[in-house]
Amino acid sequence: MGDVFTILSDNWMLLLIGQYPTGPLGGLAITVLLSLLGLLLAFPLSVCIAVARISPFAWLRRSAMALIYVVRGVPLVMFIFWVYFFVPLLIGRTVGGFTTMVVTLVIYQAAYLAEIVRAGLEGLPQGQEEAARAVGLSYMQAMTKVLLPQALYNMVPAMISQFVSTIKETSLGYVISVNELTFAANQINSTLLIKPFQVYFILAAIYFALCFSLTQFARHMEGRIAAKRAGTAKSKAASAHTNAKVLPAA
Amino acid sequence: MTSNRTNTPMINFKGVNKWYGDYHALNNIDAEVTKGEVVVVCGPSGSGKSTLLRTVNRLEPIQKGTIEFDGQNVHSPSLDLNKFRSHIGFVFQSFNLFPHLSVADNIMLAPVNVLKRKRSDARTRALELLDRVGLAEKIDAYPGQLSGGQQQRVAIARALAMDPPVMMFDEPTSSLDPEMVGEVLQVMKSLARDGMTMMCVSHEMNFAREVADQVWFMDQGRLVESDTPEEFFSHPKSDRARAFLSDLRSH
Repeated sequence: MGDVFTILSDNWMLLLIGQYPTGPLGGLAITVLLSLLGLLLAFPLSVCIAVARISPFAWLRRSAMALIYVVRGVPLVMFIFWVYFFVPLLIGRTVGGFTTMVVTLVIYQAAYLAEIVRAGLEGLPQGQEEAARAVGLSYMQAMTKVLLPQALYNMVPAMISQFVSTIKETSLGYVISVNELTFAANQINSTLLIKPFQVYFILAAIYFALCFSLTQFARHMEGRIAAKRAGTAKSKAASAHTNAKVLPAA
Repeated sequence: MTSNRTNTPMINFKGVNKWYGDYHALNNIDAEVTKGEVVVVCGPSGSGKSTLLRTVNRLEPIQKGTIEFDGQNVHSPSLDLNKFRSHIGFVFQSFNLFPHLSVADNIMLAPVNVLKRKRSDARTRALELLDRVGLAEKIDAYPGQLSGGQQQRVAIARALAMDPPVMMFDEPTSSLDPEMVGEVLQVMKSLARDGMTMMCVSHEMNFAREVADQVWFMDQGRLVESDTPEEFFSHPKSDRARAFLSDLRSH
């Protein structure tokens, strides 16, 4: 166990930010940056795919469905290779590992997030869309003003879980030498050579700490959203309780 | 309650038919609602009352026949559906308020987005409407903080915000606790007295007696009887209507 702390104290900068500022940014910073970029860029795309997936137009529905099934039916590492070799052909110049990884994650996450958003939309009571259309809102207005705000809010916990998956998936950037956390751990392992167990234990612990706290946060949000949805009973009980407390004092 | 009636037809059903697969949901409906009239539609569950109501603003498509609204064919291809729907106030059994929006925003949503009214004007109007349904102090509350009866009154205010010439009520009191039915009926009665053209799917007999000009009795997709409330409740002509009324009274 002592080894773990020695390794950590010798290499924590490398694990945290890579060779920055003398070299490129790396380590945990890149892992988090990749995950954030992947999720943030995938999010608007996923909303579009989800809306297309349940749109009244069959051709749009089918295209969105095909996209989702293809992406979900292929391992991420395959996707990384595709993007790695095809994007340069497409744009006529080579791209770095970081860009490749962002592009891959955006496509991959968009497909998964789209299914989450769709579940959120389909989980809303039928009456919400009917009421929105009955007052004269167009399909798109009903979607953007009434359905999506509710669906996305309800899906916040699922999206945080998806973010956790994204964090873990960034470790696959290792195969195309993206300078992220797993890559940094490998560098340490290749210098030390004889302490692989300790090095990878540290790596696992960092991923675990990050993912576990996010999962807990998702659970917390889930509770809050459930309470808010149940709405009436709880807030009334709460206010009745406060009144009861305030009255004797007054 | 014939004071507001004119003879201008407002809603005209001509040979309306609708099927869900093999199930004949609406069977040759011919009927007319004139301007200023209050029609109460009743009948056993599954008789097609709500479906009939929902065909008028095309929440339900029909397969045969025509529906005219204020002289215009509801299924005409040139119809601007969103604009058309905004002329029919629709109140649902399950209220269907937008839970993520405040009471004010629920009411202002369509005026601001469909009629492009200024938010400040729309809010003034929302306050007037809330005052009319007795809920002005709830303007900034959220639907989840209101009782069922209050939610339904807000839903009525939301429908009124588009100044519709016609209001449709689809069992507006059926999902309310008994002590909240009165407050909603009160609002509906005051609308009827002000001359609003209304179609209500409802089993509230006293409401029908008090404000309806016609009662339509439906069974198995057919419009079996249409008569004045006095005639319908005291001398129902069909066996099915008699059976339905005696069922209703025994509860």
